[in-house]
Amino acid sequence: MSTESSFAPFSRRNWLKSLALASLADPKLFASPAAHFAPRAKRIIWLTQAGAPSQLDLFDYKPGLASQFDKDLPNSVRGEQRLTGMTAGQKRFPIAPSVFKFAQHGQSGMWLSELLPHTSKFADEICLIRSLHTEAINHDPAMTLLQTGHQIGGRPAFGAWVSYGLGSDNLDLPAFVALISRPSGPTNAQPLHERMWGSGFLPSKYQGVRMSSGKDPVLFLSNPPGITTERRRAMLDDVAALNRLKLADYHDPETQARIDQYEMAFRMQSAVPDLADLSKEPADIYERYGPESKKPGTYAANCILARRLAERGVRFIQLYHRGWDQHNNLPSGIKSQCHDTDQPTAALLAELKERGMLDDTLVIWGGEFGRTVYSQGVLTRDNHGRDHHPRCYSVWMAGAGVKGGHVHGETDDFSYNIVKDPVHIHDLNATALHLLGLDHTRLTYRFQGRDYRLTDIHGEILKGVLA
Amino acid sequence: MKSVLALLTLSPLATMAAEVSFNRDIRPLLSDNCYYCHGFDEKHREAGLRLDVRESALKDNDGVRAIVPGDLARSDLWQRIISKDEDDVMPPPKAHKKPFTSEQRVLIKRWIEQGAKYEAHWAFVPPMRAAVPGGEAAIDHFIEKRLKAEGLAFSSQAEAGLLLRRVTFDLTGMPPTIAELDAFEAAVSKDFEKAYTDAIARLLKSPRYGERMAMDWLDAARYADTNGYQMDSIRMNWPWRDWVVRAFNDNMRFDRFTIEQLAGDMLPKPTQDQLVATAFNRNHMLNAEGGTIAEENRTKTVFDRVETTSAVWLGLTMGCSQCHDHKFDPITQKDYYSMFALFNQLVETGGVDKRFGKKSYSNMYDSLYALESPYLMLATPEQEAQMKSAQSNRDSAEKALMARSAEFKVPFETWVKQVRADGDLLLKRIEEDGLRRIAGTIKLETLNYEKLTNKTERALVELFLRGDARWASAMKVIDELRAEEDKIQQQIPHVMVMRDEKKRETHILKRGNYETPGDIVPPAVPASMPPLPAGTKADRMALAKWLVSPQHPLMSRVVINRLWQQFFGRGIVKTPDDFGLQGALPSHPELLDWLAVEFRESGWDVQHMIRLIVGSKTYRQSAVVTPAMLAKDPENALLARGPRHRLDSRFLRDQALALSGLLVEKRGGPAVMPYQPPGIWEEMSFGKNRYFQGTGEDLYRRSLYTFWRRSVAPASFFDVPARQSCAVKPQRTSTPLHALTTLNDVTYVEAARVWAEKLASLSDDDARLDHAFRSATGHHLDARGTTTLKQTLAKARAHYQAHPKDAEQLIATGESKRLSKLTPTEHAAWTTVCLMILNLDETLNP
Repeated sequence: MSTESSFAPFSRRNWLKSLALASLADPKLFASPAAHFAPRAKRIIWLTQAGAPSQLDLFDYKPGLASQFDKDLPNSVRGEQRLTGMTAGQKRFPIAPSVFKFAQHGQSGMWLSELLPHTSKFADEICLIRSLHTEAINHDPAMTLLQTGHQIGGRPAFGAWVSYGLGSDNLDLPAFVALISRPSGPTNAQPLHERMWGSGFLPSKYQGVRMSSGKDPVLFLSNPPGITTERRRAMLDDVAALNRLKLADYHDPETQARIDQYEMAFRMQSAVPDLADLSKEPADIYERYGPESKKPGTYAANCILARRLAERGVRFIQLYHRGWDQHNNLPSGIKSQCHDTDQPTAALLAELKERGMLDDTLVIWGGEFGRTVYSQGVLTRDNHGRDHHPRCYSVWMAGAGVKGGHVHGETDDFSYNIVKDPVHIHDLNATALHLLGLDHTRLTYRFQGRDYRLTDIHGEILKGVLA
Repeated sequence: MKSVLALLTLSPLATMAAEVSFNRDIRPLLSDNCYYCHGFDEKHREAGLRLDVRESALKDNDGVRAIVPGDLARSDLWQRIISKDEDDVMPPPKAHKKPFTSEQRVLIKRWIEQGAKYEAHWAFVPPMRAAVPGGEAAIDHFIEKRLKAEGLAFSSQAEAGLLLRRVTFDLTGMPPTIAELDAFEAAVSKDFEKAYTDAIARLLKSPRYGERMAMDWLDAARYADTNGYQMDSIRMNWPWRDWVVRAFNDNMRFDRFTIEQLAGDMLPKPTQDQLVATAFNRNHMLNAEGGTIAEENRTKTVFDRVETTSAVWLGLTMGCSQCHDHKFDPITQKDYYSMFALFNQLVETGGVDKRFGKKSYSNMYDSLYALESPYLMLATPEQEAQMKSAQSNRDSAEKALMARSAEFKVPFETWVKQVRADGDLLLKRIEEDGLRRIAGTIKLETLNYEKLTNKTERALVELFLRGDARWASAMKVIDELRAEEDKIQQQIPHVMVMRDEKKRETHILKRGNYETPGDIVPPAVPASMPPLPAGTKADRMALAKWLVSPQHPLMSRVVINRLWQQFFGRGIVKTPDDFGLQGALPSHPELLDWLAVEFRESGWDVQHMIRLIVGSKTYRQSAVVTPAMLAKDPENALLARGPRHRLDSRFLRDQALALSGLLVEKRGGPAVMPYQPPGIWEEMSFGKNRYFQGTGEDLYRRSLYTFWRRSVAPASFFDVPARQSCAVKPQRTSTPLHALTTLNDVTYVEAARVWAEKLASLSDDDARLDHAFRSATGHHLDARGTTTLKQTLAKARAHYQAHPKDAEQLIATGESKRLSKLTPTEHAAWTTVCLMILNLDETLNP
């Protein structure tokens, strides 16, 4: 029985080689070993905002709501749509206009909230989608749908599909890295699941590797106390020598794979700390990313890491920032979230742009669903909450292959229903794959007799957002 | 390239002259390329053409016939395949299917020329035994027949030590000891057959056997110690895990094993064990996220039962039929919901209805538990008595306080109104007490303090009482009594089980959505399979008995195929989860059927089947690969050599513990928390889930007993299923992260350190090196290996002599006490050698 080896790029050449080495049973299992057409983006940095940021307070400007304070959301708008168990019992659905001001930015005149002063400077780089929608109404299924194209766990995450489809550009690092951060303010944050960056039914070498801010950025990366790098090198040399003896006797390609695997592990032991060591970043970098960026494990520090990962050829970099679930105290909660994320996000865009990397990097910012126009709980002039809202919400993309300064889609006066150009999660994912040079209908993997896709049987490429 | 492909798909294209077989050559092509639009699913059928049934394929369709047997010119199917016209060609370009290769075209052409004969899908026809010449072992007969046809032959038998190591791992998940190796090698020199048979008998009797067998079953049954989803709180289904271990160790007949797990509760006067067995279908996840919609959750739970049961016993992927008729297999959406109906009769509501324990806790067993009815409490009589008295104490204290409602009614109502009116106060309450919607929604007018059935109402009243000096002490007593009750409850396993208590009508759910119910369907088994016996009530018991009935085409094949996979790393059908039309064809169909029939006729005797498998010449072969073999059969599907595959990471850990002597063989009971780098659960859960690493024995139990949190699998394991949904196919990949685990995880480093101490009792370096190497690999160290390892040792000694601090650090790894008289330098040097041996290819990959 043979195994799939390493993070190595799954180039056509390697594919044939591994076929000869018996690594793959059925060529149909690996239908898509490389890009289908010339890519616009070489990599994706996905700035996942977990907990569902309110589109009403950030991106979807509804000036008409100001006069509707505390009025009931018309039944005709709400229709028969289901509500979560948290507000289904509410007697009233009083409209809560955003307490934040909006202004137009850039040449494009994009309306953005005062909560995003830094991101607003990039209005002309941003392609804002105001008409994204999902079916899921609770965090876990919704996040799972966003990441894997299905509400129930068990399917590969987006990054795993990309890693499977395109392999890695860096032999010493995984193709898919996940970074998680927690909010600085007191807020309601959801736990995360490994399946958000899992490989589902794809071979597990395609799974995302979570880098943490602890002693070991990657699990078990450090040598045990008392084993120096030189000692480890000597030990691995002897392991390899014994394994080569075995290979000479048994001719099992598995043994060669083992020798390679241990060499890669050794290289990773120096590549990862070098990557994770932010201490060599110049002081002005920290200034650009803001005061939090010096604290390991914050969103700001992770944004710097994201740039370093991108520089090193990592294909799919996924940040998770939690804490956007403002069922109550939305005004203070969202302010704190924006304090954590706005400046670093903008600094990342700026750096990518300066280094010419925004041309081949696709940056996506967004969460798993939106929030309701009506208040959850008590509504006052300066305080309220908002419940989950899957019918419409906003995300933005920037960089490789997307139109800057462009707004796609439109919602009704209450940001409750979509009135123009609805975009489903599958459409967003199909489009992001397209930018990577992958045809979402052809990036398939046979499992249990079916050719699975990230976009299931759905997904339309959003031609309107492509540059 | 062509020859590799031909071999890989196991289509003997070399024998082109022979008759084309529909099942082997044609169906896979049609299924892959045509059935999606011209198959079983009526709603998705294009041009009214159906190709999976001969009658329809031959039918005259407005003067056009897809297939005219023997007549290519008039067969539209053929003309479409070879068409150059984009509008005509099949499969159409928009389907993104690759065009048929020239070999495939030849097959289709010849098939039509030969009369376009159809055959029933092999897996849907009950297995029949083919004859085996007298005196021959069936397994070896069928394997050798195929080998000969391919111009291959069996390899020689593996060295005795290696064979013992292979079979010991396969049957117990652990390596043989040096004493066992010595005894076996001595015995085989006298009488190989007897020695080997005795060894197998010994291993099957070992209690480790049940633990090893349970591991795969737990993966299939998506067993875990938490509920999954966002909260991922703890459950207590571990008595079911222990039941599985016991069932394997008792060699329970597999039909009984099936019936008890699917329908133990429906047996006459079921025993406690038989009720516990039904937890198989309660190992699904539970969603307790605030605001979820219960019926949506419940529906997903029942989906999971249908899909797990069908994957495990039918080898079919029912999931497709949740939304529409299956595209490839004869499973309709109606069939799916008929199966759904069988699992749809529980009182469950789709949430969590039993919680106990504390939010802030200082050890694992003190933490929050959440489960859903029905569940079984496995209390001893003492525990039951304690529980009753604790409940009644708490109950009377609560009643006594609520009886004073006349005293506190007015102050309470005033307080609520105040909270409502004062935004700041409400916010403070929300932040401090997490009481979100309560103050706003509670109906003061109708509140009955003596009967506070509503949880939120009770919580609000109690919050007030706790905060007021007049009633605080009474509340404190109640809180203490509750804590007392919780403590007792946590000692009592609560196992979620199956019990049909709620008659529910089952509807077809359009697109699988609980919000759009369609027609009502009665419970039933899939219509295309053998029917239930006339007059049988369709329930879970009927399903279980139907699965184990002699005429069932799938169950015995599916189960025996997984058993084969356990030993050879690959099933005879290499898609153990798909025996349908899209699944792989068996590499040895006659053998699969022979084994399936033997399994049933032996009285579903698992150990009998294991004895046949590991006793075979096929299994005993050496795993040495020759370049010729590799070129011809890279996957070892034909078995011209013995099996060799990397150990499951959970058995790698067991091996390290066993070699070092750290292993604690305590069996069963609540899961334990061995080493795990700090902060993993905390970082993932925002500090809500805390890992309390165990101490002493808990660190060294077999991996089977490691606590499995669904949101974060145990850190020391790799290539393991997520335990969220059914998994029946092992993952064997190789990434640098795996090497980092076995090189750096304290689990392995400590094992090396303790193992080094154990070796010290041996006379000299040579003896120690050989002993260690042989324990880990099953064979003696040769001269070349000895030279290398001695160099390793010399270099390590030199380093640690020069750097005593490094030595001190290394030998301080792990919690276990250092006992030996070895000097720190010597101990560190040997630790290095042992860690190295634990990481040899041969050690990882028997």
